Amino acid sequence: MASTPHRTPHLLVHDHRDNVGVVVVENLRAGTDLLVVVTEDNSELRAVNNQDVPIGHKVALRNLAVGDTVIKYGQDIGRVVAPIAKGDHVHTHNLKTKRW
Amino acid sequence: MNLSNRTIWGYRRENGRVGVRNYVAILPLDDISNAACEAVAAHIQGTIALPHAYGRLQFGEDLELHFRTMIGTGANPNVAACVVIGIEPLWTQKVVDGIAKTGKPVAGFSIEGNGDIATVAAASRQAKEFVHFASEKVRVECPLTDVWVAAKCGESDTTTGLASCPTVGNMYDKLVPLGLYGCFGETSELTGAEHLAAARAVSPEISAKFMRTWSAYQKDVIEAHKTSDLSDSQPTKGNIAGGLTTIEEKALGNLEKIGKKIKFIDVLEPAEAPARGAGLYFMDTSSAAAECCTLQAAAGYVIHCFPTGQGNVIGNPIMPVIKISGNPRTVRVMSEHIDVDVSGVVRREMTIDQAGDLMIDSIARTANGRFTAAEALGHREFVMTKLYRSA
Repeated sequence: MASTPHRTPHLLVHDHRDNVGVVVVENLRAGTDLLVVVTEDNSELRAVNNQDVPIGHKVALRNLAVGDTVIKYGQDIGRVVAPIAKGDHVHTHNLKTKRW
Repeated sequence: MNLSNRTIWGYRRENGRVGVRNYVAILPLDDISNAACEAVAAHIQGTIALPHAYGRLQFGEDLELHFRTMIGTGANPNVAACVVIGIEPLWTQKVVDGIAKTGKPVAGFSIEGNGDIATVAAASRQAKEFVHFASEKVRVECPLTDVWVAAKCGESDTTTGLASCPTVGNMYDKLVPLGLYGCFGETSELTGAEHLAAARAVSPEISAKFMRTWSAYQKDVIEAHKTSDLSDSQPTKGNIAGGLTTIEEKALGNLEKIGKKIKFIDVLEPAEAPARGAGLYFMDTSSAAAECCTLQAAAGYVIHCFPTGQGNVIGNPIMPVIKISGNPRTVRVMSEHIDVDVSGVVRREMTIDQAGDLMIDSIARTANGRFTAAEALGHREFVMTKLYRSA
């Protein structure tokens, strides 16, 4: 069987437990049908981003409420401080450290 | 590739260590001797002055760290011979004696009672002899694993944890079991991943030693000096622009550079030379790039692997710093600073295993004499760590 042609992912996720992924392409426009790859096993998902999101920034993979924990690398990276919808840009406006 | 037989061409020093550069260093004991050192270096070709900001009225642990950094820098195998200049003879001689233990040529000069001009003349005469000595040294074939390799990341972003730090980690996973000395630091930037770092210690004793060091930094530095919230400093503005939101997220990416398999075998004081044989070491350092690299060079590391996301431009005067980036934009807009482009990892065109092999290849080529981007661009950041105000 011929191998699948290589497709460049839009979003990378470290671990299946993660609820955010990282944009790895430049100039990502709102409403893009995202190819999401989970790097732990190279499995693929689909998602849609609600805003323009810069390269390196995070997109939520599910709805998150204030007080929820954001998970990346399968680990706690902080708490939600403003409601987050699936597909939203996740950054300093809605996520804060638990350490200081 | 068969890594266990891989060799490089380096300088075998009097104490058996391998250097990859061949400097004649002109080292000031203190800030007020910088001018004399720079005058010698301007006069005698093939020498390098290492000016810095401190060395007067320090005391206690801070003074010990100063001496350890001075002696370690002169003792580094990338230095063939060393001239030390200080304002007075006693502390100058202490540094000379420390460096002399390596067996390399070293001489001290002091300024008080002589003045800058006579000191520069005498030191220049000695430096010229050292240049003749050093320039006759020839590279010999050495095992790749005789090259001590340190790591620290900077101007990190989310690609650091996806690509460039795992690249360095893969290199350590492959070379440390073959006998490489490795080193990571950045005590404060492990916050949020300290439990995972502690779990990578070789024994419960070393794990407890790591947690004591990390907790002390939290208590004595962070908690003692923070005004309200560190969010304005950690993550940095550059980190935030690159998409990192919290210290936990930054720390988890940072820790990727110690690989998946190996354990660290000891916790070092700043600038302390490793003494438990080959293996990975954790060193208690600040997370500021130049401070950390200066301490690692003073501990005897001769090559540095520096993953960057947004494009840190750090170099070191005596230790080549290799930049690795997985950010497709950074490798395009700051290409002159990046030695190893692993942006293929985030496009899923390159595996971490392949990226690790590229890293090893870059270390070997740098060890053989290839200039890093930072060397070609003249980056010589030499920054002493100071623990508290002087007396």
